[in-house]
Amino acid sequence: MRKQFVSTLVDIADADERIVLLTADLGFMVLEPFAERHPDRFFNVGVAEANMISLAAGMASEGFIPFCYSIATFASMRGYEQFRNGAVLHQLPVRIVGIGGGFAYGSAGSTHHALEDIALMRVQPGVGIVAPADDAQVDRALRDHYARPEPMYLRLAKETQSHPELSGRFRWGRLEVVGDGDIAIVAVGSMAGVALEARRRLLTEGIPTTVAVVASIAPPPTDDLVALLTSRTACITIEDHRPTGGVGSMVAETIADHALSVWLIRRGVSDPPGATTGSEDFLRRRNGLDVEGVMTAVRQTGLIPA
Amino acid sequence: MTTISDAARSLNSALVRRSIIEQSRRAHVGHIGSALSITDILVALFSVVLDPSDDRFILSKGHAALAQYCVLEQLGVISREALDTYCGDDTHLGVHPEHALPGVLFSTGSLGHGASLGTGVALAKRVASKPGRVFVLISDAELNEGSVWEALMFAGHHKLDTLCLVLDNNGQQALAPTADVIDLGELPKAVESLGWSCERVNGHDVDALAAVLSTAGAGTPRFVIADTVAGKGVSFMEGQVKWHYLPVNDEQYAQALREIG
Repeated sequence: MRKQFVSTLVDIADADERIVLLTADLGFMVLEPFAERHPDRFFNVGVAEANMISLAAGMASEGFIPFCYSIATFASMRGYEQFRNGAVLHQLPVRIVGIGGGFAYGSAGSTHHALEDIALMRVQPGVGIVAPADDAQVDRALRDHYARPEPMYLRLAKETQSHPELSGRFRWGRLEVVGDGDIAIVAVGSMAGVALEARRRLLTEGIPTTVAVVASIAPPPTDDLVALLTSRTACITIEDHRPTGGVGSMVAETIADHALSVWLIRRGVSDPPGATTGSEDFLRRRNGLDVEGVMTAVRQTGLIPA
Repeated sequence: MTTISDAARSLNSALVRRSIIEQSRRAHVGHIGSALSITDILVALFSVVLDPSDDRFILSKGHAALAQYCVLEQLGVISREALDTYCGDDTHLGVHPEHALPGVLFSTGSLGHGASLGTGVALAKRVASKPGRVFVLISDAELNEGSVWEALMFAGHHKLDTLCLVLDNNGQQALAPTADVIDLGELPKAVESLGWSCERVNGHDVDALAAVLSTAGAGTPRFVIADTVAGKGVSFMEGQVKWHYLPVNDEQYAQALREIG
């Protein structure tokens, strides 16, 4: 997904001189295509995320569209006040690119697990939050929306992902829905693969589900969610993020705001601080965020067709 | 090419100081010491140095914004009626500046942001091959913020010679003299070692300030230490830490105006 991001950005930058790429000294073997193609618009600011985010606001105020690249934890938190008082307050087109949402950095350890970035970005008004499910969505979202006037947070996975069921579609403020069943699995972009695989396997057991992928987190896909949940009995949200403030909270807010009558089960990361670490697969499994965990959650609703 | 308006030419430190005391009194709001401290720096910048079309100014020490409002009013950028809304309701003139106000590029008030913002503006101008210099006014205590040093390192490394940081070196911060809180050591050596040129100037001598600030950078960003006195122009405020926050009473108000003249 990182490589797709850079490849698409190189294309866009070929045609649009406003694009600049800043990195806080990360992106080895990833950012080189941009750095080589557009050396005059590529800056390694050093290990200085706060400076990077303000620097980007300064450049955006002069007409540029700066992309700020780092690991999702550092990208979203080290310069958080700089983002709030800079790009957000002045509504400048700064793009924070957080690599490795959730447990993508696995064994790198807890300092590298981005489990609250969505919550932090959701509370800032007028920020677009995009969490693509796969490389095709990265490409679509960037090409269609890179020039929007508001600031954005892009939450990207590290490795290449492909989910043909989504057909590469990405729509601003919309859900991408796959299948039809009485139980809805609402997954943040990075969990789309788990949700779609759980859906396939449940179907072989005769349990139909609807998978709704939230790649456009902000603006929230409110209309689509209301339409989806009005006609469902249960909804399970899954996210590689803390249970507070992310997609589960967004769905809960939608249910409350629209007085919907649907059973909501929120699944997120419940590990206590200081828990042991491991691979992304291991950490997801421990938090019930693997395929088995999602299938179990669906079965536990008891809403299984006879 | 700098084009200076008649209003800019007639900008006057005493009038700005008077206006600061009047507005502070009317609104019953402090931060007078900081506003008086930067008055002559702003007068030099806005009357002589800044090219209104190409140059940029960022007041990173946002708590001294009253001085900028008074300058903007004298320049005719904002009206007297607008100035009179200072710290009222439904206004863009708070204690700290809002970018919705004409003449304010960035909303500031959280220290340590302006140097990076200004560095970004200077970098943008370089990449876009646009003319113009960028002036950022920071406080000495603001150097406690690590982000300022991130900007100093970046701008020095990239030789952003259109960038000029002006340090309001009044030696005071909110609770005590800066030397007692965090001694800044040999600042010129520190910034010069990061690739900046550093000069020192009397921060209350408008002509000297104008001369130093008008000099374009040559290959390095410029760090100008303007030695100032907090509360400058009002004897009982000068060098007194308490005037970082206190508003004036009737008696102090009258005396302050008498002294400013």
